[in-house]
Amino acid sequence: MKKTVALFTLMIICGMAVLTCGAQEFGAPLMMATTTSTDNTGLLDYLAPLFKKDTGIELRWTSVGTGKALLLGQNCDVDVLLVHAPEAEKEFIAAGYGISRMEVMFNDFILIGPDADPAGVKGKGVAEALAAIMDKQAVFASRGDDSGTHKMELSQWKRAGLATPEGEGWYLQVGQGMLTTINVAAERGGYTLTDRGTYIKYSADHKDNPPLKIMVEGDAGLKNRYSVVLLNPERCPKINVSGAVAFARWLADEKGQGYVKGFELMGRPLFFPSAK
Amino acid sequence: MEFIVSGLLKALVLLTSGDAETYSAVFATLRVTTASMAASLLLGIPLGFLLGHHDFPGKRQVRILVDTLLSLPTVFVGLMVYAFVSSRGPFGGMGLLFTLPGIAIGQAILALPIVISLVATATQATDRNLRTTLISLGAARRDLLLTSLWETRHGIITAGLVAYGRVMTEVGISMMVGGNIKWHTRTITTAIALETNKGLFAMGIALGLVLLLIAFSVTLGVTFLRRRS
Repeated sequence: MKKTVALFTLMIICGMAVLTCGAQEFGAPLMMATTTSTDNTGLLDYLAPLFKKDTGIELRWTSVGTGKALLLGQNCDVDVLLVHAPEAEKEFIAAGYGISRMEVMFNDFILIGPDADPAGVKGKGVAEALAAIMDKQAVFASRGDDSGTHKMELSQWKRAGLATPEGEGWYLQVGQGMLTTINVAAERGGYTLTDRGTYIKYSADHKDNPPLKIMVEGDAGLKNRYSVVLLNPERCPKINVSGAVAFARWLADEKGQGYVKGFELMGRPLFFPSAK
Repeated sequence: MEFIVSGLLKALVLLTSGDAETYSAVFATLRVTTASMAASLLLGIPLGFLLGHHDFPGKRQVRILVDTLLSLPTVFVGLMVYAFVSSRGPFGGMGLLFTLPGIAIGQAILALPIVISLVATATQATDRNLRTTLISLGAARRDLLLTSLWETRHGIITAGLVAYGRVMTEVGISMMVGGNIKWHTRTITTAIALETNKGLFAMGIALGLVLLLIAFSVTLGVTFLRRRS
């Protein structure tokens, strides 16, 4: 009896170990590095099955924040990027890591904060709002993780002519994804800069009554553009080039753009198609 | 606070309704931890036994090294494994990044010092008296080895349990090397990290309870084995 149990257990263990090694997929899957906003909003969960239906390619992605996504692309660890930091993307291509970028959708960034609005920023422009926040030393949660949103935030401090509040007690550098950062801001009754898509998702999770409300929006400098970045096949010979190109084409085509437009939460679209 | 209670209820719902995402994470965790434990036990038990049983120059230094490695941070191991299996690294061509086997390798590295150290300790504890007794009873060299190994089985089982706990609950390696890819490398621990990061605490609690349930089942199974021997 003892021997049978032992043998059986051993077989299960070996079987599982083999299963781990043997699990390969049919057809080449497409590996993408992307931001937390495309993932957290649920956009990719919505697009992936549609992509598979239309092209037969399985989309896999790891959502890590633009900075790390660019690094993964540089290291040829993924096949394609979907990020939202136009300046960084242009540098990436200039450095030869990528061969092209194609803008596919956009939304905008908004400044959100508590109802109490300690810094009195509601309705102001971004530059004015940030100056008020710095002046009143109101809590501000920053992504702090080299993401597209973080880069946008830093550019806004610069645009307002203010030094980045590095080391200030009220400036919280969370170093994590957008929803986490929003939650930190909510806990501390502070402000944060977020993309509208994630904010809509956040509101939906809170049954349309989230603790943080929109304080500043519509400022021209707050446009949030998402692009598909194709990697340089000469530097990365082993990547799935055909899959990457197929994805870029599909998303930029009428069909893909229609899908983007159709992605809604609580009746509101999160992303707006913008491919030319 | 109420998310703890709703988490408990959610755990029951997830398990009984056969929620596909949860079960995918459960099987990913089981597959990867079984593989990493098999590897670390296969390598670690003999090495630990040798370390405990034999005297050799530098034994103390080796022991210090192994014990230091007990404190390997998981993100550090994850980062090192990434460096090796990344496309730019020496093992880049093997397609290990963002896969379960890749995670298993990192976890095996994490578990190995635990197994070696605890087996070595258990071996040393049983060795001294046993050796004298067996030799005085006229035991041959092979019998000595096998009997010593058998007598330390409880220590070996403990080493396995401790290593398993460490490996089942780690996030750093799974995140860095696995990438938390849904349906593929999302384990229970990375799923908990994700849900908690999204602010969905009840889901995080629910998954945590599922993890504990697995740990409980494994411990139960091992206790059964212990009793029988």
